[in-house]
Amino acid sequence: MNLKANRSTIGFIGVSLLIIVFVQVLISVGVLSAFWATLISIGAVMGIVSLGLNLIYGFNGQFSLGQWGFYAIGAYTAADVTYRWSQEHSASGLVIVSLVVLLVGGSFLLIRYMLSRIRGLDPLSAFSLYLIGVVIAGFLAVKIGQFIINPVTAMFNILPASLAMQIIFFLAVLLAGALAAEVSFIFGMPVLTLGSDYFGIATLGFTIIVKVLLDNSDVLLGFEEMKGARGMVGIPKLTSWLWVSLFLLAVVIVTRNLLHSSNGRAMISVREDEIAAKAMGIDLAQQKTLTFVLGSFFAGLAGALYAHINGFLHPNTFNFIKSFDPMIIIVFGGLGSVTGTVMAAFAWALVLEGVLRLVLPTGFETWRFVVYPVLLLIMMLLRPKGLFGAFEFPFLRQVLPPLRKSQGSAATTPKPTIAEGD
Amino acid sequence: MEKSTTAPPVSFFQRIIRGRWIGKFMLAAISILVTVGIAFKASQSPALFFQQLINGLQLGFVYALIALGYTMVYGIVRLINFAHGDVFMVGAFVSYFAIANFQLHAWPSAVIPEINPVISLVIGTISVIFLAMATCGFLAVTIERVAYKPLRDAPRISALITAIGVSFFLEYFGALPFVFTSNFITYKRPFEVTTWYIQNGIHHLEAGVEAPTGSVLFSNILIIIIIISLLLLASLQFIVRRTKVGKAMRAVSYDKPTARLMGINVDGIISVTFAIGAALAGAAGVLYATAYPQVVFWMGITPGLKAFVAAVLGGIGSIPGALVGSLIMGQAEVLSAGYISTPMRDAIAFTILILVLLVRPTGIFGEPEREKA
Repeated sequence: MNLKANRSTIGFIGVSLLIIVFVQVLISVGVLSAFWATLISIGAVMGIVSLGLNLIYGFNGQFSLGQWGFYAIGAYTAADVTYRWSQEHSASGLVIVSLVVLLVGGSFLLIRYMLSRIRGLDPLSAFSLYLIGVVIAGFLAVKIGQFIINPVTAMFNILPASLAMQIIFFLAVLLAGALAAEVSFIFGMPVLTLGSDYFGIATLGFTIIVKVLLDNSDVLLGFEEMKGARGMVGIPKLTSWLWVSLFLLAVVIVTRNLLHSSNGRAMISVREDEIAAKAMGIDLAQQKTLTFVLGSFFAGLAGALYAHINGFLHPNTFNFIKSFDPMIIIVFGGLGSVTGTVMAAFAWALVLEGVLRLVLPTGFETWRFVVYPVLLLIMMLLRPKGLFGAFEFPFLRQVLPPLRKSQGSAATTPKPTIAEGD
Repeated sequence: MEKSTTAPPVSFFQRIIRGRWIGKFMLAAISILVTVGIAFKASQSPALFFQQLINGLQLGFVYALIALGYTMVYGIVRLINFAHGDVFMVGAFVSYFAIANFQLHAWPSAVIPEINPVISLVIGTISVIFLAMATCGFLAVTIERVAYKPLRDAPRISALITAIGVSFFLEYFGALPFVFTSNFITYKRPFEVTTWYIQNGIHHLEAGVEAPTGSVLFSNILIIIIIISLLLLASLQFIVRRTKVGKAMRAVSYDKPTARLMGINVDGIISVTFAIGAALAGAAGVLYATAYPQVVFWMGITPGLKAFVAAVLGGIGSIPGALVGSLIMGQAEVLSAGYISTPMRDAIAFTILILVLLVRPTGIFGEPEREKA
């Protein structure tokens, strides 16, 4: 183990935990009002979404506008799970969603195993086969779920109410991420074969399709409690600063470790040059899918956390116009910069919703979105590489793998000549 | 050892996989299902079906005018100009103010009182459209000079984000109380609507009279939209194919550095492209507001998006593609609203787009992406 890397790891996690605790103390003491506490939480949520998008676009070079659709899927999934528990005292949401996630994931693995023997299957055909798997797995999940709703509900009723709520919330967040990841897997399979701009447009379409489905979630999808375009109310407000910040920290660490692994390097090489990466033996489709799925997983997590901040969800939050927000954040923070993304996410939330509201005199609140684009434009002209450019904290900085001893000595230190030795 | 000269036998499964038959079968199944469903519904009431087709035609031609701006700008600078839909909105508002506040549509009869009212109306309407086109063209050139030109050498994402910023700016600046206000405004048409119905011949429909059941209605708005769109399309095609500016545009879109070496003013040509595209969007704004008489500051978002989808569907960068894509989009929108589900029509439009992109990755008329060294 490299001592220096170790020190930076401990330092980074220590400092992060200190900041988290410090902000928590500020909130508990009351220095930060509920307004600002909410904004900071939204900043952390945006940080998670944008880190996911940064993986997809910043590190893998896939221009995706679908992040917001996965965010929406995560938000509504988790909201439905906790809503059913808190309002209807039934674990039906939890049971069905987890069965769907497990069975669909299982069917993916099974089909993947079966397809791995077939060479040269085109993505569209593979997509059709996976789609059949999803339909069967979903049907089975609902049928099996009917039998175990009551036992699971009884099991959670044994626990103290608040503890059960927190456990269900935690599971709901993870399930929301997993569901978003599965949707992204099946959607990404055919779409990732498109060229960069067309991929962006197709994913934009995905965001719009999700939004339209949510608008009609009560009529077309049959989820009465989502209330369609009227907006879903009655979601328990469970997201606290601690939850969000710990999730953000976890996402940062996962991102960092991924980028430091061979998968991460493969991912970046796909961004740099697809043909060269392919020549090096990197499976392009697999790398793209992996990144897309992981990025969407983060989006699902973030959506689930967002749903429980205000306790209210409306399809308009998931409008395609808003899907540019994470894109703006990662460009501000610097593409391919983890530090920059997190900082820019907080800055974005605090400035746009907080500072601009306070700075602009009364009567000029509507000018907020007139000032914002002007700021955007100035920013793009002055700092096209992002606010932080290439700056990274030492822990997050990408180190090239150290050269092996024999290679290193051969390349750097000149060989002692025989004459000298003699 | 003897070398076998015959190819190894291809099994049934291998044929299925090499021919990509599973995916093709799925797509074919979907399209046949949808076609049969619509054909069944259409056979139940043919009049309604033809009515939908006519409505779709009207919508499709408006989309075509907007889509051309997207497709030309993308073809020349590879930028998805998200502000284009808002330029369309500005066109609609300019014509509204010109008509409601300044009576521009009636200026010939105000200047020469004894002029034939029909001629006055035609000239007045054309001048309203020209005013909207000129304003939008000027606006687009300003936007291009201020926002996009400094970023020409920056990464493409910067220009895209700027485009989104400009779109926000136009919308929310327009929403300010002293600009366009954030209210819905009823649009005042420059001419009266006359409606005809088709049932054993074409009959004029008197105002306040119900059309007989089983007849197909159409109005002078449809005719005007089709005539003006076709005229504008023809003149655009003439500009692009027959004039020196058009030649320069094609050269710039093909290869910018070489075009510059050939003595073409690349920046000037890009500005001209933006101006032409925006002028078409301005005309589309007038026609759209005439057909659906309501203007509001965010009215450009949805038609802009639909037109963009249409441009991509037809093959972005291709002018005939934009027209064909828009007509398909118009029909898809009204047919899905009429026969499948009204709230789902945006989703259906995008589903069609994604399916088409899966089969033809660069759109119907799109050229395969060129490899650039």
